[in-house]
Amino acid sequence: MIKLQHVSKTFRVGKNKIEALKDVSLEVNKGEIFGVIGFSGAGKSTLIRCVNLLERPTSGEVFVDGHDVLKLKKKALRQMRRKIGMIFQGYNLLETANVYDNVATPLKLEGVPNEEIKARTEKYLEIVGLTDRKSAYPSQLSGGQKQRVAIARALAHEPEVLLSDEATSALDPNTTDAILELLLRVNKELGITIFLITHELNVIQRICDRVAVMENGRIVEQGSVVDVFTRPQQPMTKRFISTESKFQIPSTVKDDLLKSGRLVKLTFLGESSKDPILATLAKQYDVLPSIIAGGIDQLKNQSVGKLLVHLKGDKTQVEIAVGFLHDQDVLVEEVKD
Amino acid sequence: MADFINEWGSAIWEGFIQTTQMTLISLAFSILIGLPLGVLLVLTRKGGQWDNAAVFTIVNSLINIIRSIPFIILLFFLLPFTKTLVGTTIGVKGVIVPLVVACAPYIARLLETAMLEVSKGIIEAYQSMGISTPKIIWHVIIREARSSIILGLTIAVIGLIGETAMAGFVGAGGLGDLAYQFGYVRFQPDVMYAVIIILIIIVQIIQSLGNIIARKLKKN
Ligand SMILES: Nc1ncnc2c1ncn2[C@@H]1O[C@H](COP(=O)(O)OP(=O)(O)OP(=O)(O)O)[C@@H](O)[C@H]1O
Ligand SMILES: [Mg+2]
Repeated sequence: MIKLQHVSKTFRVGKNKIEALKDVSLEVNKGEIFGVIGFSGAGKSTLIRCVNLLERPTSGEVFVDGHDVLKLKKKALRQMRRKIGMIFQGYNLLETANVYDNVATPLKLEGVPNEEIKARTEKYLEIVGLTDRKSAYPSQLSGGQKQRVAIARALAHEPEVLLSDEATSALDPNTTDAILELLLRVNKELGITIFLITHELNVIQRICDRVAVMENGRIVEQGSVVDVFTRPQQPMTKRFISTESKFQIPSTVKDDLLKSGRLVKLTFLGESSKDPILATLAKQYDVLPSIIAGGIDQLKNQSVGKLLVHLKGDKTQVEIAVGFLHDQDVLVEEVKD
Repeated sequence: MADFINEWGSAIWEGFIQTTQMTLISLAFSILIGLPLGVLLVLTRKGGQWDNAAVFTIVNSLINIIRSIPFIILLFFLLPFTKTLVGTTIGVKGVIVPLVVACAPYIARLLETAMLEVSKGIIEAYQSMGISTPKIIWHVIIREARSSIILGLTIAVIGLIGETAMAGFVGAGGLGDLAYQFGYVRFQPDVMYAVIIILIIIVQIIQSLGNIIARKLKKN
């Protein structure tokens, strides 16, 4: 659906050059929700804006639905943009227009027939749940409601792709959840591909199928959300997921535990979390497993369980037990000092 | 009171009509010229949709130059230009030209300021929906700026009324001229006071009207 190939973008500010994107390639498949995560200044906004050419790449190629957008003439580009909806952190609504007109006005400007405008506006206001607020002005709405208006406005063009630039970053956690829920529905029920950028891990966890991690204008890691979550490769990704911080145990405690055995971090995926692995371990081998810490992350289609386990026992027995764990459907990581 | 109205009523009424005429006609022309200039300033500025340093610099300095000339000097300085343009330098017709030359750059500037207040985000949102620049200017930028534009125009109108007072020098009449001719030159202070009170009322009404409309248009 969206394909970026070797996209670079350099901004010139006076004599300074800022390389916001460095040779970025990625592909968003039709029907999926693809997320890009990165800290502030990583180049995420620049990246997403290169898709509908709000920003023109300095080099590289951008394809949307098979069309090389960089080759499109002005008018064809405008046509193409109507197939790409976009929502923003700042909502970007007309302050002088009520909810209904905020959705209807762009359609009017595109020359959509009147009955069609009315039908679509009502349909999408219904979908985002704002039918009863249609004559309210943006200043009378909460942030979440404003974002819903913006989503309805984007959907009213019946786009194939929805770009989201930090759509939930200005919202509180509950409202964020509600908007993410809405985006999930938009993806599932309307079949709209979503390409989003965020600095919130929660957004990736909750709704994305695949994720790319961005750092200093480069994509350092990408893959399915489950893979990236359970087997983060890059330090950057690990920092984001910060699994370590969840299992932070005082170093004195850790030293004691390491003296009497080994510490392993187990990551359970989906089905394997139901097997009584630790009980089996205790029964079959001469080791005493004890749980030091644990937790469950809910991903879009899967839950990921994590346990920090101490294995106490004879050195060789523990070695064999670790081997047993490796054979199971769990991810095993040793925690040393 | 009745005597005063009998004696001066028609002269004051005539002055009022002339002032209104001069103000409205010059306002209309000034908007007609100032609006495109204001839009041009917004579009050609650095980072604007048609970023063009040459055009921006020329228009920008021209506006600054004209705005730094006092109206009374502009009035005389423009005499030859007025003559070729409208065939006369006197009467209401003769004073419209300098009024417009003075007011249009002001309107261009106030439109520019009002339009620059419109958030870049909303403009981008409409660009991202494939809406063309002319439509964005009218339906997004000017629409969103309309409240500030009205407030600016209110100040422009009040300024114009003040400037029409100097129209007397080219025989265009109007309230200001009346106050000057009778009140000052022929020392009839009651005429002057009457005119001043009328002008105060007019300005108050225009300002209040401007405020009300601006508030109504703001919607928040
Ligand atoms: N129009 C511009 N002119 C100059 N530099 C820019 C411009 N837009 C972005 N940059 C620079 O490019 C880099 C990447 O910016 P970008 O907005 O893409 O980051 P981001 O990942 O979206 O950050 P945030 O999470 O804060 O929104 C930054 O260093 C920024 O200063
Ligand atoms: Mg950003």
